[in-house]
Amino acid sequence: MSESALRCRGLQKRYADVVAVAGLDLEVTRGECFGLLGPNGAGKTTTIEILEGLTSPDGGDVEVLGERWGQGRDRQLRARLGIQLQETQLNEKLSVEETLRLFRSFYPRGRRVDDVLGLVELESKRASWVGKLSGGQKQRLAVGCALVGDPELLFLDEPTTGLDPQSRRQLWDLLTRFRAGGGTVLLTTHYMDEAEILCDRVAIVDLGKVIALDTPRALVASLGAEHVVEFRLVDRSLAPTESTLAALPGVRDARPEGDAWALATSEVHLAVPALLDTLRTRGATLSHLTTHSATLEDVFVSLTGRHLRDA
Amino acid sequence: MPDRADTYPALLELTLARLREFIREPEAVFWVFVFPILMTCALGVAFRSRGDQSSVVAVVDGPGRAAVEAALTGVPGITVSTLPPGEVDRALQRSDVQLVIEPGTRPTYRFDPTRAESRLARRAVDEALQRAAGRHDQFTARDQPVETVGSRYIDWLVPGLLGMNIMSTGLWGLGFSIVTARTRKLLKRLVASPMSRRDYLLAQLFGRLVFLVVEVGALLGFSRIAFGVPIHGAWTTLAITCLVGALSFGGLGLLVASRARTVEAVSGLLNLVMLPMWLLSGVFFASSNFPAAMQPFIRALPLTSLNESLRAVMLEGADLAAIGGRLLLLAVWGVVSFVAALRLFRWR
Repeated sequence: MSESALRCRGLQKRYADVVAVAGLDLEVTRGECFGLLGPNGAGKTTTIEILEGLTSPDGGDVEVLGERWGQGRDRQLRARLGIQLQETQLNEKLSVEETLRLFRSFYPRGRRVDDVLGLVELESKRASWVGKLSGGQKQRLAVGCALVGDPELLFLDEPTTGLDPQSRRQLWDLLTRFRAGGGTVLLTTHYMDEAEILCDRVAIVDLGKVIALDTPRALVASLGAEHVVEFRLVDRSLAPTESTLAALPGVRDARPEGDAWALATSEVHLAVPALLDTLRTRGATLSHLTTHSATLEDVFVSLTGRHLRDA
Repeated sequence: MPDRADTYPALLELTLARLREFIREPEAVFWVFVFPILMTCALGVAFRSRGDQSSVVAVVDGPGRAAVEAALTGVPGITVSTLPPGEVDRALQRSDVQLVIEPGTRPTYRFDPTRAESRLARRAVDEALQRAAGRHDQFTARDQPVETVGSRYIDWLVPGLLGMNIMSTGLWGLGFSIVTARTRKLLKRLVASPMSRRDYLLAQLFGRLVFLVVEVGALLGFSRIAFGVPIHGAWTTLAITCLVGALSFGGLGLLVASRARTVEAVSGLLNLVMLPMWLLSGVFFASSNFPAAMQPFIRALPLTSLNESLRAVMLEGADLAAIGGRLLLLAVWGVVSFVAALRLFRWR
């Protein structure tokens, strides 16, 4: 049995006038939680649907659990996968339990419906119609439908998009429980905190390509600075130049961000006093000053010059 | 991890899901079960008292009016009114009156000869006026009114309504549920699981058969109780006819819904498929009304086969052998549609 749950090389997909995936390589190890992080339109959904065998690629090679799509064994392969799609709306007139039973009936082996109800914390909603569930409950049910076959590999496409913080946390807990059983997860997200918390490794995807791939910790460390100082001035014309800012003690990199500036630093205690001194000598007044620990968002910004949310 | 499946086989679960989805949709229940009964009721009432409907004839005001009116008094089936000369055209146009009489030594009858009521009114009026003018009848025949159960319009209508209902619930029911599942990306989610695609399509058909029992039972039961519509043939023959019809239109419904991406698109297609059959296949009036050149086409339509089979069984007591050819044609429509649908079906 191969060590990798998922492998793809040189994946390509073009729609009428856009290239959705432009030569993408990935390898996901068994037991791993792997994240595809990128802005909307980066090609994450196309990539995951190619891996799920729902979209055929224009080029490239895909291997899922040691099998390939379209070799006459697709149904056997599907029985080993759990899939949650981004846009699926389950039948609103069926109850939670009926929906899970329906999906369970498609798999030759798998979990008991009652166990899945417990796993996704929907026991109390067992008899409720899907149409009456909250967004978070619907999403947990969708993941539950992906879990009924006791999959070796779970695909989740933006599982927490549009959910409130508490619902997101419940879904994260659910994934942690699934992984405790040894399952592999591939998920897409445009939430950096989600990728940082859930994923063992993250591929940052932009314009249909992987532009960085590593553990979240290593990606953040690649910035060479664990903190970001952001400031804004009352009068922009008094601002120091980028090179002046970059030359401040403790500052590794400086860049404008809209009407603000961001300084990457590993030594906030040196950078901030130096910044304040410089501004004072220029007679500039701060209207805003914050510092935060560097995140995958900052990695994305330093790689692309754009933010995840508005890219 | 227990391997014991605590669900039914997939085909049964899919069929159950289809049934639940349907009965939990009050609008669907109305259109499938209540609407045909309301329609039968309305048409039955409208046509039940056809024979004793009286025609309205109007006498134009002027010299001779009183004489004509006197001659027409007491003529059965005729109601007489008076009309000022200026309003004759309008009254005829609006069909307020079926015949207008302009009195005189040679009276003038104005009427639309394409309307049966007007032609009847003309004969009744003419006879009454001829008698008043002195004509002698050689004899007076005895009238013996007959209302034979089984040969009334309602008896002819109910099998047609039944056929139409089997067609429209098959086409609308399957078309809508499938296209809705497609637009909601539910089909895509289903094929992302190891579900058998054939099971899914078969479940849609099987779901139809369960409704069929209720829908046929409701319509036939109602028309029997309310209008005494008879069923001369065997129940089993009638059941088989309905079954073949439902599967045939179910297959056609799957085919119509196999590619459409939106509810609007499938509605248009369904209307395109159903409208010719509504008109041509003898639901409300006999398809023999259409020119001979069109008959081969009309006879090839599945609803024509179904309606003719239903009428043969219900009104003439035909057995399976007698309608075998028609049922075979229906079955061919169904099988070809189902196979084509399975091949063409767009799952995402």
